[in-house]
Amino acid sequence: MTKVTLIRAGGTDASGQPPKHPPSLYAKRKQIYPKLAHGTFRTLKWVVMAVTLGIYYLIPWIRWPRGEGIPDQAVLADFQGEKFYFFFLEIWPQEIYFLGGLIILSALGLFLVTSLFGRVWCGYTCPQTVWTDLYIWVERAFEGDRAARMRLDHGPTNFNKVWRKTGKHAVWLLIAFLTGGAFILYWHDAPTIARTFFTGEAPLTAYFFAAILTFTTYALAGTMREQVCTYLCPWPRIQGALTDEHALNVTYRYDRGEPRGPHRKDQSWEGRGDCIDCKQCVQVCPMGIDIRDGAQLECIHCALCIDACDDIMKKVDRPTGLIAYDTDAAVEARACGQKPRYSLLRTRTVLYAVLIAALSILMLWGYTSKSTYEFNVLKDRSPPFIRLSDGRIRNGYTLKLVNKSTDSRSVDVSVLGLPDMDFEIIGLGDAPKGGTLQLSTPPHGVDRFRLLVTASPEGLPARTTLTVQIKDVATGETAVADAPFTTGDQ
Amino acid sequence: MTDHKQDIDEVSGVETTGHSWDGIKELNNPLPRWWLYIFYATIVWAIGYMIVMPAIPALPGMGMNNTLGISGHSDRAEVAKQIQELHTERATAGSRLVNASLSEIENDMSLQQFALAMGESAFGDNCATCHGAGGRGAKGYPMLADDIWLWDGTLDGIEYTLRHGIRHAEDPDTRRNSMPAFGRDGMLTPREIDDLVQYVLNLAGRDADRAAVDRAAPIFATQCVSCHSADGKGNRQLGAPNLTDHEWVFGGDPRDIRQSIYSARNAHMPAWQGRLDDPTIKALAVYVHSLGGGEK
Repeated sequence: MTKVTLIRAGGTDASGQPPKHPPSLYAKRKQIYPKLAHGTFRTLKWVVMAVTLGIYYLIPWIRWPRGEGIPDQAVLADFQGEKFYFFFLEIWPQEIYFLGGLIILSALGLFLVTSLFGRVWCGYTCPQTVWTDLYIWVERAFEGDRAARMRLDHGPTNFNKVWRKTGKHAVWLLIAFLTGGAFILYWHDAPTIARTFFTGEAPLTAYFFAAILTFTTYALAGTMREQVCTYLCPWPRIQGALTDEHALNVTYRYDRGEPRGPHRKDQSWEGRGDCIDCKQCVQVCPMGIDIRDGAQLECIHCALCIDACDDIMKKVDRPTGLIAYDTDAAVEARACGQKPRYSLLRTRTVLYAVLIAALSILMLWGYTSKSTYEFNVLKDRSPPFIRLSDGRIRNGYTLKLVNKSTDSRSVDVSVLGLPDMDFEIIGLGDAPKGGTLQLSTPPHGVDRFRLLVTASPEGLPARTTLTVQIKDVATGETAVADAPFTTGDQ
Repeated sequence: MTDHKQDIDEVSGVETTGHSWDGIKELNNPLPRWWLYIFYATIVWAIGYMIVMPAIPALPGMGMNNTLGISGHSDRAEVAKQIQELHTERATAGSRLVNASLSEIENDMSLQQFALAMGESAFGDNCATCHGAGGRGAKGYPMLADDIWLWDGTLDGIEYTLRHGIRHAEDPDTRRNSMPAFGRDGMLTPREIDDLVQYVLNLAGRDADRAAVDRAAPIFATQCVSCHSADGKGNRQLGAPNLTDHEWVFGGDPRDIRQSIYSARNAHMPAWQGRLDDPTIKALAVYVHSLGGGEK
């Protein structure tokens, strides 16, 4: 016979039994029904959405002719051809540090904008915000505004509900597919892949990534929504380091709004705040939070609550701007009766701006002064040197020459640094004594040539260095590469 | 029966496993549902996999074979198919090599680069085991990168050597010569051979016993000159090495030279015609020629 003895140390209920339902650490998501707001910021957000989506969907289609055999897409990450094209810019794999520089510049730019104007990235331009906004617009089109949507969700499952929901999800899937499809246009020639995608001839990766992006768009904008900002994205948490009390953020001016409470038409506004607790700011919030609780991680500063509150303030004949872009310091100052001070120019912002300027100049200088040739000389490792029948020593080299321009070019090759030596390039013959040999290279050419250098070992140490120089016949641009010349075992 | 104590953790209300490790206990939570369903899914997948793919080896009566599964998949067949695709892909460029002459290939930069790349790869797979990386040679295997050639260092000569080999028994067109084994076959006495070694060292400009050189001169004239020529500079038609240069394929130590005279060497190089396709042989010829010592 087993006897069950319960061991515990406190936390019992009246009958001395353990809790029937242990507290769960998981909270299920509560559905949010943001109401449509009207106002300056809502309009601004529509405009930004149109511009950003337009850029995203249309840019891959812009053509930029570059020459025979070279892709003519303006913006293209050409993995097969191993180059990145951006209009007139061309980044080769050896120059990938420019992309690193771009990322750093973008980060610094975001830091600067955030320290000045708060989380404008989150509220206006972040893809999560833009696509979620778009998806909510579709939802509103099919199911109506907030009240109608809530009624539909809590109502019975009938034909009305089914066709609305199906329609909404169908349009969502269509948008998701167009988004995933547009994504792959950046990595392949757009007109080609748009056709071969549907004939089944596209590379497997294209289908794979289109599928992934379709799924993520649908899931992140349709289902997960504000959870992405609250739980997934690191940006809200970095904001703590980037915004300070002098950054312009969407702020509830509690100095003006408190104490809050309902207001009847004939009541005075003396001795009370302007906030009438209408909760419109909460209803329009796509994150489902109350801005009157103060600055919080979940608030993406989309400023829709500003529009909603301004609308109400106009209706009760009070000045707008109860919720507005303002700084914590200013609100505090006013609350204490002092004059608010706005400092856009502070150490932090100036530092960011200076860093951006410095990095931009550095990158510009680097890009404009880089060579249009990539030139390397690789010495044969086996055998390290060859003794010819006349006693002279020969070393073999492979010249790797990359022509990064879109024109064919010719270069003169010369070998320097060794007295009394002869060199030849296989296929071009021997060079004249002390002279040069001419090589030609096609646009975007990546070529290798075989160089043989012969010298008498007398007077030379076991290992010495020579320099191979190429000089562009037309422009005189030169590039050099050093290589060892061995005459004996070391 | 023993008393079964159920230990409930007071914070979470979940039963523990009942063990305590230095005061640390472990909650006995149920397996997460997502994990459990994925686990079940892997079982279903495994069953499906075993039906569709080659799976079970060495069942009774099967010997060394295994079940093939419905799909009959074979990794070997996949590799063979991919090699076939590679050959097809190479056929276009390869046909350009076949249609051009060797010197045309060497002088046209785009053909040359393709041939050098193809030749380097084929050399590594087929030739470097004997001739060394980059044709650096080894004891018994000629160095290909310098300008000293036993037979023929021109492009056509190299191609011939590649196709027909040297002393390759199965090829009637193979390059063939035969140095007699003077010592093993009793044609010369050991003392005479020792003197000849000194003579050869002297030919090469190295220190030698003067007296032995004088003694060996008439022997050299009768036995060796017919192939190696009167001045010892060899005979390319017969593939007889130049004894006056610094290159010794089988070693330049007096002991090695003695061994060469005593037992002869008569080494072998395979004939690659039929083992490698035409584009590869032509690419190899251009590659070897370009290593540095190719003759015009």
